Amino acid sequence: MDENQKSYVVSQENWTLHRKGHTDQQRHLDKVKEAIRNNLPDLISEESIILSDGRKTVKIPIRSLDEYKIRYNHEKGKHVGQGDGESKVGDVVAKDGKKGGAGTGKQAGDQPGTDYYEAEISVAELEEALFSELELPAMEPKEQADVTVDTIVFNDIRKKGLIGNIDKKRTLLTAIKRNAMKGSAAIAPIHQDDLRFKTWNEIQKPHSKAVVLMMMDTSASMGKFEKYVARSFFFWMTRFLRTKYEQVELEFIAHHTEAKVVTEEEFFTKGEGGGTICSTAYAKALQLIRAKYPPARYNIYPFHFSDGENMSSDNTKCVQLVDELMAVSNLFGYGEINTHSRYSTLMNSYEKINNPKFQHYVVKEQADVYFALKRFFKKREEGSE
Amino acid sequence: MKPFKDLERAIDEITEIATGFGLDFYPMRYEICPADIIYTFGAYGMPTRFTHWSFGKQFHKMKLQYDLGLSQIYELVINSNPCYAFLLNTNSLIQNKLIVAHVLAHCDFFKNNVHFSNTRRDMVESMTATAERIAQYEMVHGKEEVERFLDAVLAIQEHIDPSLMKNIDLLDEEEEENEVKVITPYDDLWALDRRTIQPRTKSPKRKRIPPAPEKDLLLFILQYSDELEEWQRDILTMLREEMLYFWPQLSTKIMNEGWATFWHQRIMRELDLDSDETIEFATLNANVIQPSKTSINPYHLGLKIFEDIEKRFDHPTEEMKELGIQPNSGREKIFQVREMDSDISFIRNFLTKDLMKQEDLYIFQKSGNEYKITDKQYEAVRDQIVANRVNGGFPYIVVQDGDYVRNGELYLVHRYEGLELDFQYLENVLPYIHQLWGRIVHLETYVDDKQLVFSYDGKKIHRRYA
Repeated sequence: MDENQKSYVVSQENWTLHRKGHTDQQRHLDKVKEAIRNNLPDLISEESIILSDGRKTVKIPIRSLDEYKIRYNHEKGKHVGQGDGESKVGDVVAKDGKKGGAGTGKQAGDQPGTDYYEAEISVAELEEALFSELELPAMEPKEQADVTVDTIVFNDIRKKGLIGNIDKKRTLLTAIKRNAMKGSAAIAPIHQDDLRFKTWNEIQKPHSKAVVLMMMDTSASMGKFEKYVARSFFFWMTRFLRTKYEQVELEFIAHHTEAKVVTEEEFFTKGEGGGTICSTAYAKALQLIRAKYPPARYNIYPFHFSDGENMSSDNTKCVQLVDELMAVSNLFGYGEINTHSRYSTLMNSYEKINNPKFQHYVVKEQADVYFALKRFFKKREEGSE
Repeated sequence: MKPFKDLERAIDEITEIATGFGLDFYPMRYEICPADIIYTFGAYGMPTRFTHWSFGKQFHKMKLQYDLGLSQIYELVINSNPCYAFLLNTNSLIQNKLIVAHVLAHCDFFKNNVHFSNTRRDMVESMTATAERIAQYEMVHGKEEVERFLDAVLAIQEHIDPSLMKNIDLLDEEEEENEVKVITPYDDLWALDRRTIQPRTKSPKRKRIPPAPEKDLLLFILQYSDELEEWQRDILTMLREEMLYFWPQLSTKIMNEGWATFWHQRIMRELDLDSDETIEFATLNANVIQPSKTSINPYHLGLKIFEDIEKRFDHPTEEMKELGIQPNSGREKIFQVREMDSDISFIRNFLTKDLMKQEDLYIFQKSGNEYKITDKQYEAVRDQIVANRVNGGFPYIVVQDGDYVRNGELYLVHRYEGLELDFQYLENVLPYIHQLWGRIVHLETYVDDKQLVFSYDGKKIHRRYA
């Protein structure tokens, strides 16, 4: 090799346009999102979300995004490691960390075991995916008195305006266009006529209030599973309604043979014995509406979860009260948690109700919470308002 | 004006020292890049490789670790002529010195190790062309369609035959035996005659596809699958080519890293470092060769073995002397080893009992929720390292029959040697092979020393004990 010629080159290129890693990462994220959408029924009943404070991100194993290869079973295989000089047969070199998992974060080196892909999903992302499939039932306009709010939005362009609000880009574009028509596409000269200004509009949003009346059977027949289903459902419904209304209030009515208003914690944790008379809950709900939530000002959502084992003599009364409730509310939802494949007597009576405001769904397993939500808040052809 | 004056001066010096030690490398191209570019290259294995979401996933993972300060890529070097090495733009001068010394040894290894002798040195350009062609197919056939195909090929990409010398094809010989030599159009009449005298007792032998078990699954599918369209065959060919290029790096991981570490240490010792630089270098070096309790650190083990070979051949025992080994032949020996061996022979021939004891190597296994040390015997540990490195650490799969039960079904056999497959993964890979083959796919393996055949018919996986 020539002594004077160097055998190497050092160079620094401009790499800013090399975006391959980022675009493929985006494709991967899209696939994660797709997987989330496909797994929504399982994901939204995921315990770690329902029991979290609702803000955290949660880690969810997504199998479909593994890169599958023919590989050895790591669990059964033998591996070789290296000690500090004093290792003995029988020493423990690592533990299977179910918690703290083999996901992201830690180096691969100190965690033998399966490395399934864990996607970190924020509750917000799940909401986005879920709520895009839901819609509110027809809203009736409420009293106008305190339902408007003024917001200012810069969303208009005009030829006259305050010089501080000048829209430089549009001004230049207009000038170039006008000059181009005269033969040369240049910025100068800029005429008075080319100036464009950003201007605001005042918009009035209805200041809406909603109240959710949650009713749940707390009789002896409602077990842990039934309560969990009801809880998951209420969790997502409340969050959904919050995206639609400025203010959402919650009322919890627990009932067995009689109904009472309880706190959220009591509602989900306390179980009581005895039989079931559902009409008591409906009566209580009507009473609450009359006392605190005038239908003229509130959008009212009564929801009732039960296993359907109602005293049969009470069923007629229930139908009647449900009718009364529907008269004042936007939607009445009845969810029956029933792992058997036959209708309960209460459901049989409700079957006959023919009112678009009445929605019912039979939840058989945890993943059905998603389908119940979709039933109650299904997208309608007319649109929501 | 020279923008990298200090760096260039350092490279001049290091290159001179390396040449003096006898390292023999291609002309070098040092590229200085920002972190996300280095990590892109790390994830793709090559700057110009085609696009696929799995690389994006890998990139994200690596980049995240870097951003959190959990890991840093020290070196990134590409087996090509000229040889490309990538330096992070935030590296300190001493980090760059170490990397330059390290990659020169890698390049020497690429250039001189026999297992690399068939690799294409223009792979950078070749992969650019591949990427462009795949992008072109995406335009014609749609991104989704191409991605679906890439997903399938990448799932079995490692199942190629990288051997340096091909087996002689048995097919031709067999055919000739039964063939009647046709000279004139009427010669076959004689054959009719012969048949009356010697009626055939055997039915004509079924032509076996493949004639002998075929290790190269990719090549076999390429040649015999009825399912593939022209563009798919093209992609399959290109991806197989890429794997053939990457394969020697998979099978010389311990040696290659050991060699590079050995030389960066030697070269750095020759440099005139002040005390701060020495400490920085020592810290970096210690990070690189840090051994791990639950895996083999190739930098560490490879380094120790090379050092041990040099020492033993510099000061041969009486026994070794009788075999004709001259004192102070250590340097010569390690250069010979770097030329001829791969990880398997390297471990088998040069990981001695004393060295293993010094390095405190052991076998560990899962029992319950814990991983426990189960064996420290020399032969057992050595053979285990070798076993884990066989076929690049991938299960050895061969095509047994491409026309199974005369129905065009694909029958694969896992050459079981005591290590069971991950069945959950296998059941997810079979549909991919089915996608490529177009008919029922079987795979024979063992569980608890019993033969088990997995089959996928396009709808369901069946397991059947033989």
